[in-house]
Amino acid sequence: MTVAPEKPATYEGTRIPSPVPTTLALPESLRGSDDILRINFGPNHPSTHGVLRLILDLDGEQVVGLSAVIGYLHTGFEKTMETKTWWKCVTYPERIDYVGYQNNELTFVLAVEKLLALEVPEKATWMRMLLCELNRIHSHLIFLGTAALELGAVSMFWYCFRERELILDLSEMVTGQRMHTRYFQIGGLAEDIPEGFFPQCREFVEWMPHALDDYLTLLDRNKIWLERTKGIGLLSADDAVALGQTGPVARASGVDWDLRRDEPYLAYANVDFQVPVYSEGDVYARYRVRVDEMRESTRIVDQCLRRLERLKGRPWISDNRKVVLPPREELHTSMESLIHHFKIVTEGFRVPEGEVYVPIESPRGEQGCYLVSEGGPKPWRVHFRAPSFVALEATATCTHDALVADLIAIVGSLDAVMGDTDR
Amino acid sequence: MSYRQLPGFVDEKEAFGETTVTVEPSRIRDACEYARDELGFRMLVDLVATDYLGWGSKGVSGYIGTASGRDLNLPSTQGLQTLPAVKPKRFSVSYHLLAQRDPAARVRLQCWLDDGEPVPSVVSVWPTADWHEREQYDLMGITFDGHPNLARLLMDDDWEGHPLRKDYPIGGEPVRFSDAE
Repeated sequence: MTVAPEKPATYEGTRIPSPVPTTLALPESLRGSDDILRINFGPNHPSTHGVLRLILDLDGEQVVGLSAVIGYLHTGFEKTMETKTWWKCVTYPERIDYVGYQNNELTFVLAVEKLLALEVPEKATWMRMLLCELNRIHSHLIFLGTAALELGAVSMFWYCFRERELILDLSEMVTGQRMHTRYFQIGGLAEDIPEGFFPQCREFVEWMPHALDDYLTLLDRNKIWLERTKGIGLLSADDAVALGQTGPVARASGVDWDLRRDEPYLAYANVDFQVPVYSEGDVYARYRVRVDEMRESTRIVDQCLRRLERLKGRPWISDNRKVVLPPREELHTSMESLIHHFKIVTEGFRVPEGEVYVPIESPRGEQGCYLVSEGGPKPWRVHFRAPSFVALEATATCTHDALVADLIAIVGSLDAVMGDTDR
Repeated sequence: MSYRQLPGFVDEKEAFGETTVTVEPSRIRDACEYARDELGFRMLVDLVATDYLGWGSKGVSGYIGTASGRDLNLPSTQGLQTLPAVKPKRFSVSYHLLAQRDPAARVRLQCWLDDGEPVPSVVSVWPTADWHEREQYDLMGITFDGHPNLARLLMDDDWEGHPLRKDYPIGGEPVRFSDAE
């Protein structure tokens, strides 16, 4: 069934605007013309997923000029973290990308562990992987639900949030929090995995492929959806690399690159999964990459679950008492534990001098954490390489020859979280 | 891989499994272009500046928890005894580059600047540097020469100061509406 009009899939050469790569300048011939309407798209438009503001020049429905204004959600996380001890900082990264929170927390924790050269128990590694994959599904569900909602497929939103609810329930069961869990600690996990988690997570793993089939039934043969996504918001592979694109946006443009496979961290080298790559570079390809990734993530969750079932009763956090809080019950019997507890909580532990950059594959692409330590109990500099920030740089390139309605689909498909963009 | 042929090469060091190559600030654009075209680092993943004002001036306090920390034969060494290595200048600007091949390669190009010293923009090498450079200009006050649109990005256009500098206090924003107008 071919319903979408045939449009060129990719394009020759580059479409990155010049000299400012992130701004679509109004063509000389249209300057001063009475037909040009300049409007603000955002910062409070619902389809900007937060507080993105685009200044648009419209010629009829055609977008002929575009410049993005960001920073409305700038909260100074990086500055704040410089004043907190290392263990207190763990709370912050989750609030930066508040949709892919588990992955953000992981970047920071891995970076500190790299500076400390701290060994993490096997169980913690696999559980981190499991939760990060659940979080990836959670993030892609929000993308799929909201992106479809914006293009008029209202029911998709409810279906996606139905499965998202299952993930949040699992999260609540393990961590006590539905979102922003602070479950990953420097050295491992905050608590052991509760017994009831295994059957409930298994149920989810068995259900999720059916839910994905449902989504495809709803969307993938839907004429409106196809017409509004195919051939829209094109980005070629070369432009994607030049614009620093990673993650689903790059993989939808034919850049076959996934840090989980190409620079494995945690135990990704020991699980079996595929990396979906599409070459069309349009909104449709980005949607397909994410749907396929949810399927692969479910497979990874399944493999983690099998592995974790064999690790029952094993430690979940490092026993390095200079860094990790002692177990609660020891505080009543051991003087050393009490001292360690007191020192870690009040003064914080020291982290060796140095600088590291730790990248991981978050739901939005390469999420990096750059840390500089002076050797003291607080970070000297924290910086996050935010994939949403970089994704929005591609807006101008994708908006080539677009209509206002297409712009909604394009911004949705870049899947930027404004907390991540503005930090 | 050796980075000695990079234009403006100063030195190269390995730490925590990461390679940092120091480059003269005036040659950074050439070095980036060389890294992209000759060494295969086609992607700039991140560009970050760090302010080292006051680095090591206070000594380092805190609970020594690591192998390199407390000397058990000298119990009183806990606390302020170590000073971090001296940095050449106040600001560092780090360019994290990625080569998407098998195995993946990463390198950090770094240059050192004094306050007010400009560094050439790399927007012409990687378009993605546009917002990265604007962010560092905005928050750290680094001037990128040749940037096509060096304006504030995250803060207001009329904001004063650069918040991520070490001499910019937490809670240092001007309080509006409090004066009798």
